[in-house]
Amino acid sequence: MLLARIKEALDSLYDDIQETQEAPEAAEIETVAAEAAVEEPAAAAEEQEESKPEEAEEPATPPGPKETDYQAKGYHLDVELDPDKVVTAVEILNRENFFIESITGVDWIDDQQLEAVYDFNHFDELCRVVIRTRTDRNNPAIPTISHIYQGANWHERETHDFFGIKFTGHPNLEPLLLPEDADFHPLLKDFKA
Amino acid sequence: MNGLLQQDLNQETFILNLGPQHPATHGVLRVKLEMDGEYIVKAEPVLGYIHRMHEKMGENRTWVKFLPNCGRMDYLSALSYNHGYVAAVERAAGIEVPERAEYLRVITVELNRISSHLLWFGAFVLDLGGFTPLLYAFDDREQILDLLESVTGSRLTYCYFRFGGVYNDIDDSFITGTRELIKRLRKRMPMYDALVTKNIILIKRLKDIGPISKDMARRYGATGPVARGSGINFDVRKDESYSVYPEFDFDVPVYEEGDSMARYMVRMDEIEQSMRIIEQALDKLPEGEIKPKKAVKLVKPEKGDYYYAVEAARGSFGVRLVSDGTNTAYRLKLRSPTYSNLSLFDEASRGMLLPDALALMGSLDLVIPEIDR
Repeated sequence: MLLARIKEALDSLYDDIQETQEAPEAAEIETVAAEAAVEEPAAAAEEQEESKPEEAEEPATPPGPKETDYQAKGYHLDVELDPDKVVTAVEILNRENFFIESITGVDWIDDQQLEAVYDFNHFDELCRVVIRTRTDRNNPAIPTISHIYQGANWHERETHDFFGIKFTGHPNLEPLLLPEDADFHPLLKDFKA
Repeated sequence: MNGLLQQDLNQETFILNLGPQHPATHGVLRVKLEMDGEYIVKAEPVLGYIHRMHEKMGENRTWVKFLPNCGRMDYLSALSYNHGYVAAVERAAGIEVPERAEYLRVITVELNRISSHLLWFGAFVLDLGGFTPLLYAFDDREQILDLLESVTGSRLTYCYFRFGGVYNDIDDSFITGTRELIKRLRKRMPMYDALVTKNIILIKRLKDIGPISKDMARRYGATGPVARGSGINFDVRKDESYSVYPEFDFDVPVYEEGDSMARYMVRMDEIEQSMRIIEQALDKLPEGEIKPKKAVKLVKPEKGDYYYAVEAARGSFGVRLVSDGTNTAYRLKLRSPTYSNLSLFDEASRGMLLPDALALMGSLDLVIPEIDR
């Protein structure tokens, strides 16, 4: 019940993406983004062509929250969003009384991107929602959610410590676990001690 | 006019450093307190004094080699951390665990939970000025450490679980010893109840002190006894049941008050529930293998990310791992419960008297190496 409801609510965040993909007269930046999105699966498909040729023919899945196999993955809903939509998505979760488990990052150095991963869960009904967003590795910035979930304050500081992701609007983005004068981000893949 | 003269003298506050070397913080935690006389205006925990970057260590050693690290975060309930990590990797790599091994995991984890709660009980009452209960609690805890030492080989930083099973089988002396321990604890708990729980000084120090509302616990992601003391019926063992926990009959103690006394009561009740689980597990303990016939040497989980949560003594411990298909983690995130539980301290302690805030801090059951990781 909760899962279906939250999936539907989060699905509305993707309305404009589907529209821009259909409309050819979309703004220049959006067209570039759409082209990039088309190129990436094609490249991935080429890589997989030798091992699994039948998968390459399948149409790309439409953007939107994806239900995952809980037994295999350990979470129910996988939501990939643009950084500017994270706050809206988290507000939806907050309205449904989700609690925040953690925020963390992943350094995808080959794609020159940093991913921020937000884990949410619910006290009354088991429903793990993962929100993930990717930002440019050289200038990583994502809006803060610490005004919605105060617990995010420390998680965002920790993610800033380890990955250097700037959570814009954060009230106090000082090092938390690292020394106060730390200017390095140890979980970046190219970090050398 | 300079700034000093413009200040309203009635609003003058000062900064007080609590820690990093302070008996009430149980480890190297520093809290920067802004005080208005005896009252707290703002409390800012300063972390990182024992930060070791376990998550980076996870990325530069194989899955198997990371096992001993799990015992060095929450050193008081190390087995829960062992469990969370091996179960996460087992989920990712699709490793089967024999039933007997799952039973042994539950028995040892619950013993560890009791020992952790006993230590917290002693140390917490010590924080409040009562010295004697600590000695009694350590006496009981010592028996558990002996039992766990006989099967795991270590007394504190356990590394007992392996991918696909456990390292060592239990013998008859462990089973009889555990049953005797439960008998002993059932006699001791009423004594603790009469001596400490019903003690008027303790009640005055804890009742209505440090209230944490349901909503505050949710916004900060507090779990474990902290959440259950605020009327939230959430226990990973029940709500997201894993291992063989569904086979046991046990209750989740929940108290609605949200004060320090409620959190105290939750932990004291949990000791009895853990004993119930252990008894049932010993009764039902199946025969069979405790690890795969062929040792799991090469672990290569499929590409992707996985999450696994367990109920540690202090709340929900989660492992989020990202695998790139090699024998080393691409990313290993360890979600430690007291990190979230402590983050609400600033909001919860505002306007409190300093000694009351220390009671609140003690009732959160902090383990600093787990917060700092």
